[in-house]
Order: sequence, then C-alpha cells, then structure tokens
Amino acid sequence: MSRNIIINLIRFLVLVFIQVFLLKNISLYNFSTPYFYILFILLLPFETPNVLLFALAFILGLTIDAFYDTPGLHAAACVILAFVRIIFISITVQKDGFDNEPEPTLGIMGLRWFITYASVLTLVHHFFLFNLEAFSLSQLEFTISRVLLSSLFTVFLMLISGLLFFKRKERK
Amino acid sequence: MRNLLIFITKYNAFFLFIIFEVASLIIYIKYNSFQKASFINSSNEVTGGFYAKMSEFNSYLKLKEENDELARENSRLRNQLKSSFYVDTVNKHKVTDTIYKRQYEYIVARVINNSTNHANNYLTINKGSQQGIAKGMGVMCNLGIVGKVIIVSEHFSVIQSLLHKDSQFSAMLANNKEIGTIEWGDDLNPHKGILKDVSNNAVPKVGEQVVTSGYSLFPTGIPIGKISNLHTKAGGYALNMEVALAVDFSKLQYVDVINNKFATEQEGLEAQQKKDE
Repeated sequence: MSRNIIINLIRFLVLVFIQVFLLKNISLYNFSTPYFYILFILLLPFETPNVLLFALAFILGLTIDAFYDTPGLHAAACVILAFVRIIFISITVQKDGFDNEPEPTLGIMGLRWFITYASVLTLVHHFFLFNLEAFSLSQLEFTISRVLLSSLFTVFLMLISGLLFFKRKERK
Repeated sequence: MRNLLIFITKYNAFFLFIIFEVASLIIYIKYNSFQKASFINSSNEVTGGFYAKMSEFNSYLKLKEENDELARENSRLRNQLKSSFYVDTVNKHKVTDTIYKRQYEYIVARVINNSTNHANNYLTINKGSQQGIAKGMGVMCNLGIVGKVIIVSEHFSVIQSLLHKDSQFSAMLANNKEIGTIEWGDDLNPHKGILKDVSNNAVPKVGEQVVTSGYSLFPTGIPIGKISNLHTKAGGYALNMEVALAVDFSKLQYVDVINNKFATEQEGLEAQQKKDE
C-alpha cells in the first residue's frame, strides 16, 4: 500500500515536470499539443476510492494550471476525465478478478484494452479542455481538429511510455 | 431520509463529480472576468522561481543567436554615433538643451516564460515593480512590438502578448500614415496579425511596412510587420489586411519595457475631458 503511494507520488512529480518544462514548448503546426500529464489519472489503481480519485484529479489540474496561467481550466477537464474513467472501468472491468494486480497498466490489461481506455479518456479530456479554452462555438471545426490531432499525439506518448515500463517489468 | 442517503452513497461518483466540476468551473469563470485576480499564476513567487531557473539554463542554448543579434544591433547603433560622421565645420559651440525633454524610458528585461500555441498567450519577465515597471506599460523588443504589462509583482511581471484575443494596438501604414488597429489573426498562427479599420482611401501595397502610430503605449514608428495579403471586400467602409509580424514570438529572449513619462498626464487630461462631456 505504502509502495503504491510512493510510486504514484513520484509519477505525479515526474509527469508534471515533463509536461511543464518539456511538452509545454512542443506544438506541431499549432494543431497538435500533447497533454501527457493525464497519464497519472489513467494509471491510478482500480481500488482508489472515488473521493480520492476526484481530489487527485482536481489537484493535478490545479498544479498544471499554476504553470499554464489558466486557473481552473485543466482542473475542470481533469475532473471530467476522472468521472469518465469511473464509468469506463465499471463497464469494462470485473472488479473481483484483481486481488494482487490492481493497476490499469498496459502490461496487466493487455494492448487492446489499454488502447481503447487511453484513447476514449484522452479524447474526452482534450475535447473539454480545448472547448473550454476557446469558450465559443464559432471556430468549432478548428477546435475539433485540434482535439483529434492532439489526442493522437498524447495517446502515442502514452503507448510509448507503456511499452517502456512493460518491458522492464518482464525482465525482472 | 434514509432512502436519500442510500441513493447518494450509491451514486457517489456522480455527486462528487458535480461538486468538483462546479468548483473548478467557478475558479475558471472567476479568473476570466477578473483578469487574474487569483494568485495562481506565474507571478507567484514559487512558479516564478522555477521558471527563472529553467530559463537561465535555456538561455545558454540560445547564446549564439543572441550574440549575433546583439552584434548587429551594436553595429547599427555605432552607425548613429557622432564619431562615425565626418565633421566638416570648424565652429563648435555649446548648447544647453531645453527643447528636448525625455519622454520614453526603456527598461530591459529577460523573458523567463513564454507561450505561442494557446488561444491567449502570456509572457513572464524577470523585472517587476522594484525596477519601475507598472501595469499598462508597452513592451517591445529590437524587432518590433511585443505586448503590454498586465500584472506586476515585486520581481516579476506578466505581459499579455500581441498573440491574445483581447490585444489591440493602434498602428499605421508607414508610407501614407493611414491609421488602423493591429490584432492577432483568427487562426492562432503566431506569425500573422490583422490590421483592421484602415480608411477606404488608403492604397496599401503588399510588402509595405506597418508601424506603431504613437497614439497608444508606444513611441511612433516602431515596426510591427509587413503587409502580406490584402483582402479588400467590395462595399466595406474599412479595409482589413493580413500582416506578417516582424517579431518571432517563440524566440523572444530579451524585451524592453517602455515607460512613457507623460502617460499619466495624458490619461488624466483625457479622463477630465470625458467627465466634462
């Protein structure tokens, strides 16, 4: 249990660091900007209580907001993400089967489930994030294309990181 | 009552979602209308400190470009020195200058945080109220205008860059002095601005310089960009045109904050005029 907390704490710090100092400066043709930090919420253990899940999503969002100068924007998108995560997991995963392996990682859940999981959640998060940022429906087409291309980038990064840690686990 | 409690615990995810979502939306909306009254922004000392460290490291990587630019500017300034002109008169007399009074003062600052890929972009610089920066001052770099100061803390200031939905500055065509308003384009391209509301009798050409008019925060004649595309709608009462911005916002390193010493006097006078009307 305490090992879980430490791992997630480190993951939180590393992801925020990567997002703020590396990915914040990356943007492909002003269309595709990755928001890789949401991987933290995706990888929280299945047994995380709902209160904790929402609180962590809220805090993560506010932390990113502090660096992006957009109070509340990422927090709102992250809370929506947490809600969709609860729904998605309750539909697709049977809670009884996981006594010893409680994390929704690529290695444990398999490639197909993880890709669906990551892309659905990323799409929802990015959809609300970009629309809240634009705050108007006048450029909806432009916003939607930003959502799609950015989601592609983010999911790509998630898969790479998933495969990276997947391999290390097998070697042990 | 008990049924209600059971209902709430059964669907606790939904109710928690509502609570947290409303909280974050309140923060978001509140921030939107009160222009960063909240303390969560990069003039906050903690994040400001982080950014200062990171930008110190980044500035090493760009030393070469910065050197080239400084060398170019040096040579340009040296060309303006008196000593580089040949004096062909022998008479010299001393003049006490009472005609010129200093109006604009420039404060140089380093950019420690920058963005160009959002719908509203801001810069953070490492000078603040202690160095004499105040809200509302104009900001330029050696290539052209950058934006205006919107929040100041003791050691840092946040600048609303030209790449912002609400940014508008008075501008004019360099050749025939027609006045217009410069704004950021609609498609979030950091190299493109739009010059609006130019009167119909102007005859702009592609490639013509666009400069500041001197009516707003900036001295007259600071470059903004060049006209890159004319779309003249027939029958409109004003011309709009696309401007290729002179400043590459993603490469900003050093900026000059402009302190207009007569600004308060001018504003006071104009406010009085409005009151009189």
